[in-house]
This record gives sequence, structure tokens and C-alpha cells, in this order.
Amino acid sequence: MTGWMEHLVVAPIVVPMVAGAAIILAGDRRRRLTAAIGLMSTVLLVVLAAILLGLADSPTVHVYRLGNWPTLFGIVLVLDRLSAVMLALAALLGLAAFLFSLGRWQRAGVYFQPLFQFQLMGLNGAFLTGDLFNLFVFFEVMLAASYGMALHGSGVARVRAGLHYIVVNLVASLLFLVGVSVVYGVAGTLNMAELAHRMREVAAEDRGLLETGLAVLGIAFLVKAAMWPLGFWLPPTYAAATTPAAAILSILSKVGIYAVLRVWLLLFGGTAGPSAGFGEAWLLVGGLLTIAFGSIAMLATQNLPRLAGASVMISSGTLLAAIGAGQVTVTGGALLYLVSSVLSIGAFFLLIELVERGREVGADVLAVSREAFGAGEDEEEMDEQDTVGVAIPGTIAVLGFAFMACAVLLAGLPPLSGFLAKFAILSTLLASSGPSVSPTTWALMAALILSGFATVVAMLRSGIDVFWTSPAARAPRIGLIEIVPVAMLLLLCAVLTVGAGPASAYLQSAAEGLHLPASYLQGVIAAPGESAGP
Amino acid sequence: MEIVVSLAIGVLTGSGVWLLLRPRTFQVIVGLALLSYAVNLFIFSTGGLRSGAAAVLSPGEAGTLGLYVDPLPQALVLTAIVIGFATTALLLVVLLAARGLTGTDHVDGRERER
Repeated sequence: MTGWMEHLVVAPIVVPMVAGAAIILAGDRRRRLTAAIGLMSTVLLVVLAAILLGLADSPTVHVYRLGNWPTLFGIVLVLDRLSAVMLALAALLGLAAFLFSLGRWQRAGVYFQPLFQFQLMGLNGAFLTGDLFNLFVFFEVMLAASYGMALHGSGVARVRAGLHYIVVNLVASLLFLVGVSVVYGVAGTLNMAELAHRMREVAAEDRGLLETGLAVLGIAFLVKAAMWPLGFWLPPTYAAATTPAAAILSILSKVGIYAVLRVWLLLFGGTAGPSAGFGEAWLLVGGLLTIAFGSIAMLATQNLPRLAGASVMISSGTLLAAIGAGQVTVTGGALLYLVSSVLSIGAFFLLIELVERGREVGADVLAVSREAFGAGEDEEEMDEQDTVGVAIPGTIAVLGFAFMACAVLLAGLPPLSGFLAKFAILSTLLASSGPSVSPTTWALMAALILSGFATVVAMLRSGIDVFWTSPAARAPRIGLIEIVPVAMLLLLCAVLTVGAGPASAYLQSAAEGLHLPASYLQGVIAAPGESAGP
Repeated sequence: MEIVVSLAIGVLTGSGVWLLLRPRTFQVIVGLALLSYAVNLFIFSTGGLRSGAAAVLSPGEAGTLGLYVDPLPQALVLTAIVIGFATTALLLVVLLAARGLTGTDHVDGRERER
């Protein structure tokens, strides 16, 4: 890595920042210009992410020292396989949501475009940073933009849900700060790699305090990840947000998962000395409870956006529980699940609005109550003569097919990548536990399979309601630019299915890098060119 | 010194949490402000507390690093203040929007049914 290649690591943060600033300067009213700038930035991010994916696939991590200060004094960005995968996911989802927003949503309010860019900047920064305080700063950049995105388009429901979202996240940020300062007070550093070194040497009487600080920090992460008792803000906020905003917000909960993966495995992984495995049971049990809550929420709701919110919770719970299982191979499977679920949930959020468009408001609720009370049967008999033989319009067929693909992906049924990912988690769980399978493993397996079942039931029911029982009076008008992103995300899932071998090998080595962070630690502490610092 | 600072942090946190759990949006925002003061003081105190010490150099002696307070928590607290200030301002706008749109200042956007 020489010359300009070295600076590619910082580019995913700089590109959207410059683009966002340029859009503000260009003025929000010049739609063509701002759309062109935004498109350039999001496409560039995808290209960058592809290059960085290749760059990260090496035994050493890439460290970028901002201002060329020595690691312990300055700010470092660290690129390893996990960061590269997360960057790629954010870039792809960003591109899809951006294209979708060009259809009509960017006009629903002011400053959608710059907020979108800053959102991407915060996401990328959180994935790249190598120290806890900058993680906080990038979390805040991301959240500040997400407040604006969640409120985009205004309206009573959005403001009501947005108020809760902002308050909950502000409190979580305060907890984050408390955690960070306790950690600094005890360990004297915020650099994650250095912290992992010092964890082993902390005096026995200070260890409790340090662990408390990290646990407070963990609560802040888990609020973002929407673990069960901390995640009630999620479904209303995501359901109320405009479609492209909801799609990009859906990766926000994965940032919490990323932070847990990174920090928890680095500080409390197998090589962490006396503190190894701290809080493992909490992650596992919390993940299981989150899956249960998400499944129940999914069965209980009659409204598609809330259903998508519940599926975000199920995927968060699955990931947390799989991380809590504490096995390298299970983490590898969980990463595959992460990739698959981010893409499919993103596609589902975008699809919902297309499906709902043109239907009467509250049609799904009406359909269910009609079923329950047997009302409207006479009416249907009258209509039967007319409806026989009416062809399904092409648009509805495309939407129906996409809906089916989403259902298969979210539930984890074969043949798409959702199944492969769940299978990877389950089979490695069984393989690693040997002849006697522990109760927690059974619980995790049961939770994974039952949540898939709940998803199938809920998706089937809403699919029948949406496409058969109460279809739109006429086929909705859908622009090409709106269906292309959905198709793109689903196609990526299909590609992930076909290329599951190389993908899971890549993710497996990412998981190994997380569980045995020797190369991460050495790479960051002994970053090349140490003497070049001032 | 320590007891005064920790009492201050404790009182601020306690009042902040109590206000945060109240049903009116204005109480919530004041609670958040108090909590953020408490957190800022807390971060500041992790740098170590000393009273009656010179700011940078004592007169008549060469400065040593031992006399300096750890500057990092001060940098952290400055960042935290800026970010907390901005987000509170944003929340204030959302609060006003919610008041205007829903016609009530209850945090749920509607009064509890009695």
C-alpha cells in the first residue's frame, strides 16, 4: 500500500462529507445538480467499497493515522475485513435508497440530499474508526443525520415517533459518554487496540470499575441494536419514516451490532485474560428475548412497515444471540446472515411503499376485520362474475414476485441466501458443540427456526391480503427508478447465494480476525512509519 | 473537593432522570439538559481533581509534566458539550413541531385517557 492507495481508507468518510457540503452550497432547489452530486458520491462509495474489500483481504490490517500522529496520541482509522464488509453494505444500501428517493421522496421535504450524505459519512466513519471516542463522534454524526431523515416529510406520526427516537438516542449517547469516561479514567486510553492490551494488566481492584464502564458502553450499543428491553423505539420510528429514509435507517441498528462485534470481541474475546467472556450470557439471553419479541410483534401486526420493523428486531436478536454463542465459526455464519439480512430488509422497506401505493388507507386492517366478522361476503358474490378472468397486471406481478423473494429471504427458506446464512449458523452451532448439545444451543436453534416460521406466517398473511384479498383498485404507477433499486438488492442476495462459497470464506476469515485479534492489535499498535510522527 | 463534585453530579443526575420520566416534553428536555451537565462534569472529573493548584505554571519554578492535569478529558468534554448542545437544540425544534402538530405537550402526542 503506497502512495495514493494509502489514502483510500479515509475516502469513504471524506467523499460523502464533501458531497453533502457541495449539495448545501449548490442549494436545495436545484434538483438536477444536487441529484447528480449525490449520485456521483454514492456510486463512488460503491466503487471505493469494492476496492477496500479487496484491500482488506490480507493478513494485516490497514491503519490510517490522521495527521500522521503516532497511534497512541492521534486518531487512527482501521480497515479490516469486517469494516470493509460493513462499508460495502452501507454503500450498496445507500445507492439503492438514493436511487429510490429520486423517484419522488426527495421532494417530500427540504435538505434530504445533504442529510443523506452525512448519514453515509457517519456510518462509514463508525465502521472505520479505531478508538472509542471517535466511535462516539461518528455515532453522533450518524444519529444527527438520522433525526433529520426520520422526520423527513414531517406529519404528525413522524414527529410523534421521531420525538421518542431522539430522546431515547440522546439518553443512549449520554450513557455512551459515561462509559467512555469511566474506561478512560481506569485504563488511560481510548484506542481500542491499546485498551485490549491494557485490559490484561489492569489491577484486580480496578477491574470491576472497568467492566462496569464497558457494560454501560454496551448498553448504549444495544440501544442502537434494539435488544429487547431497549428496542421499543424501533418499530414506530421505522414505520413512520419515509421509505428511502427507513431503508437507510435499517442499517443503523446494524451499527450497534457492529460495535458489539468489534469492541466486545476485542476486549472480552478468548485472549482477553481474566475478563474473557464477560457479559456473554447477557448477549445470548438478550438476543433470544429479542427474537421472541420480534416474532410476536411480527405475528401481531397488520401493517407492512411495522412488519418490516419487527423483522429488523428479529435479525438483531439473531445476530446478538449468535455472537453471544462465542464460537468463531458461528460468528462467521452470523456475518453471512448480517449481509443477507441487511440487503433483504433494505429491499423489503423499499418494496412496501410500492406495494402500498394505490391501495386505500387501512385496507389491510379492513381485510382482517372482514375476515373476522364475515362481513362483505354478499358483496363479493356480486363481484365474482366480473373478476373472473381478469389478468393480473404486469406491475403487480413484478411486485408480487419481489414480495415473495423478500419473504423467502427474511424467513430463511431455501433457495436464497437467507437460508444459507441460517443454515451456516445452525450447522456450525451443532458441529462445535460435539456429542452433547447444551440447552442454550437448543434454545438458540429453536428460536431461529420458530422466528423463521413466524416470518413465513406473517408474510403469507400480508401477502394474501395485499395481492389477493384487497388488491389496489388499479395498478399503481411505479417509475423504473423505483423498482430498479429493489431488484438490485434482491439480485445481490441471489448473487450472494450463488457465490456463497467465496463469500462465507471471506466472512469466516473476518470472524477469525475478530476472535483472535492478534493481527489487529499488532497492526494498530506498531503501525508502519511510527518514527514519522512529529 | 471530591465530595462536592460527586454530590453535584449525583443531584444533577437524579433530577435529570426524574424529569426525563415526566410526561411533558418540556420537562423531558430540561431533564436531558441536566443529565448532560452531569455527564460533562463526570467526564471532566476523570482527569483528576485538585484545588488551589496553579493553572499551568507555579511562579518561580520550572514546569514539569507532573503539574499538568490530563488534557484529554477536557478535550472530550468540549466535544461532548458541542454535540449535546446541537442535539438539544434540534430536539427543541422537534418539541415545538410536536406541540404544533398534535396540539398537546404530552410526550406521546395525546393526553392520557382518564
